[in-house]
Amino acid sequence: MSTNSTITNGRNAFGAFIDGVRDRWAKAPTWQRWTVYVLLFVIALLLPNDSLGQVMSPYSDWASVLFFPIGTYVVLAIGLNVVVGQAGLLDLGYVAFFAIGGYSMALLGTRLGLNFWEILIVGVILSAASGVLLGGPTLRLRGDYLAIVTLGFGEIVRQTAENTDAIGGPRGIAGIPHPPSFDGVEVFGVQIFHYGVLDPRPYYYLLVVVATAIIIFVKRWEKSRVGRAWAAIREDEDAAEVMGVPTFKFKLLAFAIGASIGGAMGVVWAGKTISINPNDFLFMLSATILAAVVLGGSGNIPGVVLGAFLVGWLPERFRGLSDYRILVFGAALVALMIFRPEGLLPSRRRRAELAEGTGGMGSLGAEVPGPESQPAAEGAAK
Amino acid sequence: MFDNLLGSFWPYTIDGLILGSIYGLVALGYTMVYGVLRLINFAHSEVFMIGTMASAFVVMTLGITAPLTGFALVGGLLLMVLAGGAASAGSAMLLERIAYRPLRKRGASRLAALISAIGASLFLQELFALVIIPHVFNRPQQGRNQMGIARIMNKDTLFTLGGAQIRVDQVLIFVAAIGMMILLDLLVNRTKIGRGIRATSQDPETAVLMGVDIDKIVRMTFLIGGLMAGIAGALFVLQFEVTKFSIGFLLGIKAFTAAVLGGIGNLRGALVGGLFLGLIENYGAAIFGSGWKDVIAFSVLVLVLMFRPTGILGESLQQARA
Repeated sequence: MSTNSTITNGRNAFGAFIDGVRDRWAKAPTWQRWTVYVLLFVIALLLPNDSLGQVMSPYSDWASVLFFPIGTYVVLAIGLNVVVGQAGLLDLGYVAFFAIGGYSMALLGTRLGLNFWEILIVGVILSAASGVLLGGPTLRLRGDYLAIVTLGFGEIVRQTAENTDAIGGPRGIAGIPHPPSFDGVEVFGVQIFHYGVLDPRPYYYLLVVVATAIIIFVKRWEKSRVGRAWAAIREDEDAAEVMGVPTFKFKLLAFAIGASIGGAMGVVWAGKTISINPNDFLFMLSATILAAVVLGGSGNIPGVVLGAFLVGWLPERFRGLSDYRILVFGAALVALMIFRPEGLLPSRRRRAELAEGTGGMGSLGAEVPGPESQPAAEGAAK
Repeated sequence: MFDNLLGSFWPYTIDGLILGSIYGLVALGYTMVYGVLRLINFAHSEVFMIGTMASAFVVMTLGITAPLTGFALVGGLLLMVLAGGAASAGSAMLLERIAYRPLRKRGASRLAALISAIGASLFLQELFALVIIPHVFNRPQQGRNQMGIARIMNKDTLFTLGGAQIRVDQVLIFVAAIGMMILLDLLVNRTKIGRGIRATSQDPETAVLMGVDIDKIVRMTFLIGGLMAGIAGALFVLQFEVTKFSIGFLLGIKAFTAAVLGGIGNLRGALVGGLFLGLIENYGAAIFGSGWKDVIAFSVLVLVLMFRPTGILGESLQQARA
């Protein structure tokens, strides 16, 4: 393992800094932590600032970029992280749940005239149900099969939408209502509850609130019995089962939670977008969100948020490279995986799993290959 | 509803088998790499794309306008297949060298390898859309358009079977695909390299102890997988006479589906899975309309995996089948 240690040495400075921050954080009293949380929330609310926008996004409206892609990616990445990062199930069709949320908003809003908040609840329930529907028969499959089945599910959902004329076929649905406005609440000259066409900022604030709520939920889950069960499944499913963890139930729960987060984001996103069509839900989006999760450090929420921010922001920032940005993005993904495969901010537990040789992804899903069945890595190191 | 299918059962069957044999050839690349490295080589679809591009390039450079005949035709076909195979095999090996080996050496997670592959896949697609098609193929502003490729051979009807006209190119493709499968099967089961591949997929550690050079085996695996994808690319161009920078995406997913259907890691399974998928897809399109083709293909995948989670032939990669 000599190659391993030299590479690790090269990164020690950064790693030591992060570790220092983490140790300090772990020892910090509760009030300090809450101060940081509140500060972060306030900073998030202050982000759509014009002078900041000129630096961050010279080519398009910064507040819009903050809503989509950045904010949307952040929420989707947090949702996918529950499935991939915490439970260790590889989902390549996550965009399906986003689509189900988006279509719920579009259909229920235009056809039944329900309002945004009602649809948010229905959309979450629908997408969670579809997560269970997909997970029920497939979660018994081994990792790679699960990956391809979820990929297939994503395509099935998109193409069904494309082929069903009752929901607009390839043209999609237009005229989606915005969330109901409460006019008159003005803070610093922004009508923060006015969901109109012109100002993207109220939508962004809504998104920040939704994202915060989701992060609190996910964080609480991670620390609970459920989170520990997920970690156990991720590290060694057989052992978890033997120790009495009902693995199937918890995997299904992870799927349902991930799906409902994706669905919630779909509703919020469609509430701003006015019109949606099947091409908004390409496989590329699933891949991008997965890239965000892995890039940031799967299993670690701050890392995932950072990863999603970068994946959403960089292509917008470098719109000046116009055509070449996807090319650069592709090359950057390869480079990042070569130089920092555990992601930018991996969780400690994840890093320990990596060092142990199960590859951190333990299993890529269900069946857990022990270190000895990580063939090439082992063989090559000799 | 079924009238359409029953009315032209044989034409649908023939089309399904042709498409299926191309799926099968591409599926071999997925299945072999998976067998040896336990890795979904997601960028394999781009390896196939490069194969179609290389053989399209041959057709364009030769300046073929009218279909060839006789020795010129044989030469042209050989050149297409060689160019496709060489370009794909080369790019597959390069891919392994740049995007996978560094990860492998560090024992990175398979998820990291998957992301790396998605990155490489995006890079290659964009490379063709932005650089190679506009500048090398000399089609500025058309990098993202579908390219029509000149017809290289006359597609005469050889014989008819139950109302389906079977053309010479279809026979050629089917025979070529089956032939490649048999050759590969022999290679894996009868040669020293094949033994190395089998040993590595069974137990890499013991294989190293027995003197198998794993790096070389991995290189060979990518080379063979790439070669098959390149030949599939040439056959695809011959049959459909089009290509595009993103042609590999859906076909790649289908081919992977085929590999999974047949039992991933199982060489013969790749062929069976490919043909099965091609047929199902065409029959499904006949019954429900062609827009539902992919939905049907993926639904069948889900169903098969629910009832037979290791594919039709099972994952007997590590036994004698490689």
